[in-house]
Amino acid sequence: MSAAEKLLLREPWDGLGLPEESALARQRAGATFGIWIFIASEVLFFGAIILLYTVMRLEHPDAFAAAARETNLVYGTLNTALLLTSGMLAAVASRMNEGAGARRTVLWCLAATAGLGLAFLAVKGIEYREDIGRHLVPGPGFPLPQPPAQLFFAVYWFATAIHGIHLAIGIGLVARLAILGWRDPAFLPDNPQVEVSLLYWGFVDIVWIFLYPLLYLPGRAG
Amino acid sequence: MSAGLAESPTALADRGELALGLPESYLAAGHTLGSWLTSTDHKRIAILYAISITVFFFLGGAAATMVRLELFTPKADVVGADTYNKLFTLHGVIMVWFFLIPSIPTTLGNFLLPLMIGARDMAFPKLNLASWYLNILGGLLTASAMLAGGIDTGWTFYVPYATVFSNSAVSLGVLGVFVSGFSTIATGVNVIATTHTLRAPGMTWFRLPLFVWALYTTSLIFVLATPVLAVTLLLVVAERAFDLPIFDPARGGDPILFQHLFWFYSHPAVYIMILPAMGVISEVITCFARRRVFGYTFMVYALLAIAVIGFFTWGHHMFTSGMSPFAALVFSFLSFIVAVPSAIKVFNWTATLYRGQIGFESPMLYALGFVGLFTVGGLTGLFLASVPIDVHVQDTYFVVAHFHYIMVGASVSAYFAGLHFWWPKVTGRMYPETWAKFAAILMFFGFNLTFFPQFIAGYLGMPRRYHVYPPEFQIWNVLSSSGAAVLAVAYLMPLGYLTWSVLFGERARNDPWNASGLEWRTTSPPPRENFLGKPEVLAEPYNYHPEGAPPVKDQPRIPAQGSLT
Repeated sequence: MSAAEKLLLREPWDGLGLPEESALARQRAGATFGIWIFIASEVLFFGAIILLYTVMRLEHPDAFAAAARETNLVYGTLNTALLLTSGMLAAVASRMNEGAGARRTVLWCLAATAGLGLAFLAVKGIEYREDIGRHLVPGPGFPLPQPPAQLFFAVYWFATAIHGIHLAIGIGLVARLAILGWRDPAFLPDNPQVEVSLLYWGFVDIVWIFLYPLLYLPGRAG
Repeated sequence: MSAGLAESPTALADRGELALGLPESYLAAGHTLGSWLTSTDHKRIAILYAISITVFFFLGGAAATMVRLELFTPKADVVGADTYNKLFTLHGVIMVWFFLIPSIPTTLGNFLLPLMIGARDMAFPKLNLASWYLNILGGLLTASAMLAGGIDTGWTFYVPYATVFSNSAVSLGVLGVFVSGFSTIATGVNVIATTHTLRAPGMTWFRLPLFVWALYTTSLIFVLATPVLAVTLLLVVAERAFDLPIFDPARGGDPILFQHLFWFYSHPAVYIMILPAMGVISEVITCFARRRVFGYTFMVYALLAIAVIGFFTWGHHMFTSGMSPFAALVFSFLSFIVAVPSAIKVFNWTATLYRGQIGFESPMLYALGFVGLFTVGGLTGLFLASVPIDVHVQDTYFVVAHFHYIMVGASVSAYFAGLHFWWPKVTGRMYPETWAKFAAILMFFGFNLTFFPQFIAGYLGMPRRYHVYPPEFQIWNVLSSSGAAVLAVAYLMPLGYLTWSVLFGERARNDPWNASGLEWRTTSPPPRENFLGKPEVLAEPYNYHPEGAPPVKDQPRIPAQGSLT
């Protein structure tokens, strides 16, 4: 067994009594399968938020349109561009990592993915500061007269904060891969952790693709 | 029992065997506290879970004892209204999230799943250990809510009371439940991945023991329902801490939405409690009736059907909350439909007993108790699924009795059935059978004495969640509280004799019940690697007799030697 494979193979997959190659392949299949199940769980997590949003928007369409017009379309769109680009780089890193030889590309892609994620959070922070400055926080002093407009902003704060926490976890996972891979040349190639972490990143991306039109675009057409 | 055998309590041994230089058992693999708290061995993690859920069980049980003590008389004489609210909330929260939901999947399930499918461990051993720590962290948060003054909302945390009005430690308690949710999601991911990827050669899907199928379907619910509860509870915290008014009717929010989301999790959560119990019962009844399970494939499809249909019946908790007659009709219909696969299971267990050579060892007594209690709980569930009766008995003790028959009568009986059945495999020791039989019978009678009178009191109109009641209900409450005392003794007894057996019990054989499952084809207790070689499965499950053949002419069974056929 080569040193790299010994490093990658974990219990219980090392006890299957299979050749290293196929044991590692089964471990990778198992890890990928596991993260897909977790993503299914997360879909229900965000699905519940989107369900709440849908019901409340159907109950109060005008207030939701008025409230959504108060969000900052520039920051939202910029963030969408940042996150979609990071998603592309994550996909490139995941594909390039199959087999050795492209270590530098993989490292660069991972670093850029984490960097774009950080940029997203920075833009989000600036946007939050502006929102708070305009009192767009439910409670006394809320600028819009309709009470249900506060509902929209409740969802806005809750959904973007939860998404931000997910993204921060993703940045941690990707940065960890980049640092470990930079220190140890044998770490990244064929490591199942890369695909697992980047699948999670892809999921967090997709959540934003749903949140962006729901939070920024209502009431802005025509 | 022959004297003079040099026995360490954790060494591998069968008194009938010579020392063969077998690998040491998982219990002997380390004796320090650290070797337990950092172990990624699924068997050790199962023991950790067993200890923690036992602590939570007796904590929740203590609260129930106070409740029953207060209800002995119609007047308030032990606790006041506020304390009473906090007691039944504590009882519900602890019992639901820290005992019943993790009970069978994380203890018996964790221990047995890899053994039953011929694997060395779960697919993600570290995640398995992490799930226990999350469970403990959640439990500590919720327990600290109790120290911080308690929670008075009931285990359902209904809004707007829980968000706007309650001055108790709701946020802390809710956060504890939220954290424990991640623990169950981790367990669910692990079980599903393990079942898919680590089955031994020859262990096809339709050769899996029904207990594995039950764990698998339970895990589907873990993974798909728990996140919805997580969001809902997080919104309660967000509303209390940051004034985000999602459920606040004053600002257009919808409290009924909370109920929909809460029950979207909490109704399937009942199936989280009962499906693993059904799995245990299928193992125990086949073994002690010496019969193949009747209708194996139907048993599998029934588990899947319960798991799937169970997701679409949540509305029957809300018939009186404000719901269109059409929606009520649909939810009522779906609730009746979910009874069909449950009934299939009861009929198939009964048919499994037919022409069996039935032995009444303690696991079987618990299992037969399960079938009776589950039937009563299930049939009264049909009463509640029909809208007119539900409207009549909504929020009465009828409902309390119904769900205790399922969640306590059935699930806890099954937990004890499994605990006794696999105890020799887990610990390598036999427990005193007479005591165990006595406890099983006492539990059945104590349970019925506690909860059957509540059906009557509830049907006559006694509302739940009050510490005082009109005097005409006293007779039913006295019966119920007396039964609770009996039940408490029955729950404490296993704690005594099972602990005794670990220290002084007779050595268990590898397969003391002469059972068919793969988990018995290794030493008692098993080694860290689970099996001595690479297991391979060649036959159908429950291979207790030749297929299609009538049972051998009745032979006397010698319980001490397991079962003869």
